[in-house]
Amino acid sequence: MSTKLYRSLFDFPREERFVSGHRLCAGCTIGPVMRLLTKIAGKDAIIVNATGCLEVSSTPYPYTSWRNPWIHVAFENAGAVASGVEAAIKMLKKKGMLNKDIKVIAIGGDGGTVDIGLQALSGMLERGHKVMYVLYDNEAYMNTGIQRSGATPYGAWTTTTPAGKVWRGEWRPKKDIDAIVAAHRVPYVATASPAYPIDLANKFKKALDYLEEGPTFVHVLIPCTTGWRFDPSLGIKLARLAVETGMWILYEIDHGTFRVTYPVKKRKPVKEYLKPQGRFRHLTEEEIEKIQKLVDQEVERINKIVGKEVIGPVA
Amino acid sequence: MSSELPGASELVIGGIITKPGSSLEYKTGDWRVLRPVIDQEKCVRCRLCWVYCPDAAILEVDEEYVTKKGRKYKVSYKVNYDYCKGCGICAEECPVNAIQMVPEYEKKG
Amino acid sequence: MASLEVAKEVKKPKPLSTNSAVAYAVKDLDVDVVSAYPITPQTTVVEKIADFIANGELDAEMIHVESEHSALSAAIGAAATGARTFTATASQGLALMHEILHIASGMRMPIVMSVAMRALSAPISIWNDHSDVMNARDAGWIIYFVSSAQEAYDTIIQAFKLAEDPDILLPVMVAYDGYVMSHTIEPVITEDRDEVLKFAPKRPFPYRLDPDNPVTMGPIADPNWFYEIKYQQVMAMERALEKAREIDEEFRKTFGRGYGIYECFMCDDAEALIVAKTSYAATLKTILPKMWEKGYKVGLLRLRLYRPFPVEDFKNILDKVDAVLVIDRAISYGAPLQGPLAMEFSSLIVKEDLKLNLTSVVAGIGQRRMIDSDFENLVKLAWESRTKKYDRTIFYGVRL
Repeated sequence: MSTKLYRSLFDFPREERFVSGHRLCAGCTIGPVMRLLTKIAGKDAIIVNATGCLEVSSTPYPYTSWRNPWIHVAFENAGAVASGVEAAIKMLKKKGMLNKDIKVIAIGGDGGTVDIGLQALSGMLERGHKVMYVLYDNEAYMNTGIQRSGATPYGAWTTTTPAGKVWRGEWRPKKDIDAIVAAHRVPYVATASPAYPIDLANKFKKALDYLEEGPTFVHVLIPCTTGWRFDPSLGIKLARLAVETGMWILYEIDHGTFRVTYPVKKRKPVKEYLKPQGRFRHLTEEEIEKIQKLVDQEVERINKIVGKEVIGPVA
Repeated sequence: MSSELPGASELVIGGIITKPGSSLEYKTGDWRVLRPVIDQEKCVRCRLCWVYCPDAAILEVDEEYVTKKGRKYKVSYKVNYDYCKGCGICAEECPVNAIQMVPEYEKKG
Repeated sequence: MASLEVAKEVKKPKPLSTNSAVAYAVKDLDVDVVSAYPITPQTTVVEKIADFIANGELDAEMIHVESEHSALSAAIGAAATGARTFTATASQGLALMHEILHIASGMRMPIVMSVAMRALSAPISIWNDHSDVMNARDAGWIIYFVSSAQEAYDTIIQAFKLAEDPDILLPVMVAYDGYVMSHTIEPVITEDRDEVLKFAPKRPFPYRLDPDNPVTMGPIADPNWFYEIKYQQVMAMERALEKAREIDEEFRKTFGRGYGIYECFMCDDAEALIVAKTSYAATLKTILPKMWEKGYKVGLLRLRLYRPFPVEDFKNILDKVDAVLVIDRAISYGAPLQGPLAMEFSSLIVKEDLKLNLTSVVAGIGQRRMIDSDFENLVKLAWESRTKKYDRTIFYGVRL
């Protein structure tokens, strides 16, 4: 693949395609991710958006923040709608009713992707529709008021996994959606973070370039000021801490080849990531230690896949 | 209010919005409690605040600026207060502390 | 059978099931995208379309979706991009689509769907009744009930012309009886593709997803806006009645076959009417002449265009008789009348201040067998109901 990669922040086009005036919460990290995504995709891309924070905040009638053709149908079917858009483009081009290369991008939150939308996503991937799917993962149903999803991490408080005398927040680990997507043998799967814009941009770029071969998937962790309970100024900082602590590992699976795109030589303790967040406030030292162990195990698993230590120990 | 709005036969069908980027007509600046102020002297034009802003409220303008020490920049970064919600990400992320968050309103009494 | 007029040239009919006839219509309309999931008894529609595509007789994208929910979702995506789009389903599949049925009409997507009607679970039944479509009647779709394979072929063509009309832009359902029609072979005349496309030229969605004219489709509408956008559907549905009538008339002129938006059979001098649809209507047309000879002056009002409901036409028809018996093949549990269609005719009678007796009969649930003698019984019942009121829904043929 001869994808021309971004090397500097100044490689990004100045023109905004996801414009101001949307109603995402102040400090919502979906904002920079969508701005970057649309800058990279450019004009000739149709966007299919699942129901969620992004969808409601960006299109309160009669306003829209999108400069691309954009469609929302429902919560659980972005994969299916995008399949239909892609199939239509293919046939209309074949029949000479459309003379343009148009990319199709589906966007869904964690609920709309790993839970209710999983079937439609799997169908889209399995059938090989040339759609880039972007998962913005804020680790709970934020749009409906912070209910847990399959992507909620271990230990996190949500309104449906409250921390009380019996429950101590979410007690199940986060679903590994990337492995599920990768199992469909698609050309490209990646995890990304708004704190690393060049890494993020290159993943979007590759995912778009590889569409000629089949569906691609980029999973972005989205710190949520409202649901994670942190000061709105800290979203990017937390996205960075997630990577620095090994809570969120930046990797890509490019044609089956697994590569950590941001190696971390010395990890920070998970505590540094957990402490600023209200959703982890209830955790005891022992419980934090348990999360540390879970992260250590995951780091070990990743290092094993890579075949060398790309993520180091806690400093 | 709703009686002054267009009726069913005046609207495009199906709730379709035909004006791209029309949310620019909706100003979110009044959400702000703290206001970011960029110190053009300190600013090193790294573009990070522009990249990280959730609201595209940092404007990159082709305005030359020469610092007191004689450093010349071709662009300047300015806050678009029409849309800035005052989240403070720009100030938090600025590598040279060139952005200060100042109270939007004076404390009363 | 439909009233066959003498066509300009005599065409040789093909032996086709209603499912196959639908597939032929899809081929002759040069549909661009077919998005469907298999369900009995719809399957042979999609199989036949797949054959056409596999053999190069139709150039269309077939999306082998993983559910009916996705079938209609993908159909919306395709129609929104400007493709002529078809789907087909039945029963549980239609129920699984339910959420998206409302969205398809709310987003004004010109999708056409055939429904080989089948009972709804539980208990699971693969056999025919009308529970599936009656359950979907308020989803904002134009709905046709057809009575023969030929009418199915012709109506799919009319449906696309209606759906894609810029004054309408609503999805259309064409429904017929599972098995009884879907798998029964009848003679069907199919038309040349060029003629079909001349009659129903492609009119892609006017606000389609196009990078050169970017639109936002499916936004969130607050209480200041939602009502007006839904009312647009009311207006479009109202316009669809006359438009459907015109299209059928034009179809008759072009191809020599027409049906109107309803059919009144042996209505002249009738003193009572039976309201029926699909195969029951076809059967009653063979029963009624014999019954008239015996003195039962009962006509048939065959429902064809169900949504929008031809209120004025039906009012004028009902005004001339003393009684109407409405056959329902679905149950509205706990409702004032437990036949959903009977309730609609009842409200029409009240609304138009008509003076006649209405009898609600539920029959053929889960394809409970109805033979000629049963229909004769219903004709007699309709006749009796001129002077006798049946206040409660009659569940014909059920064992108590």
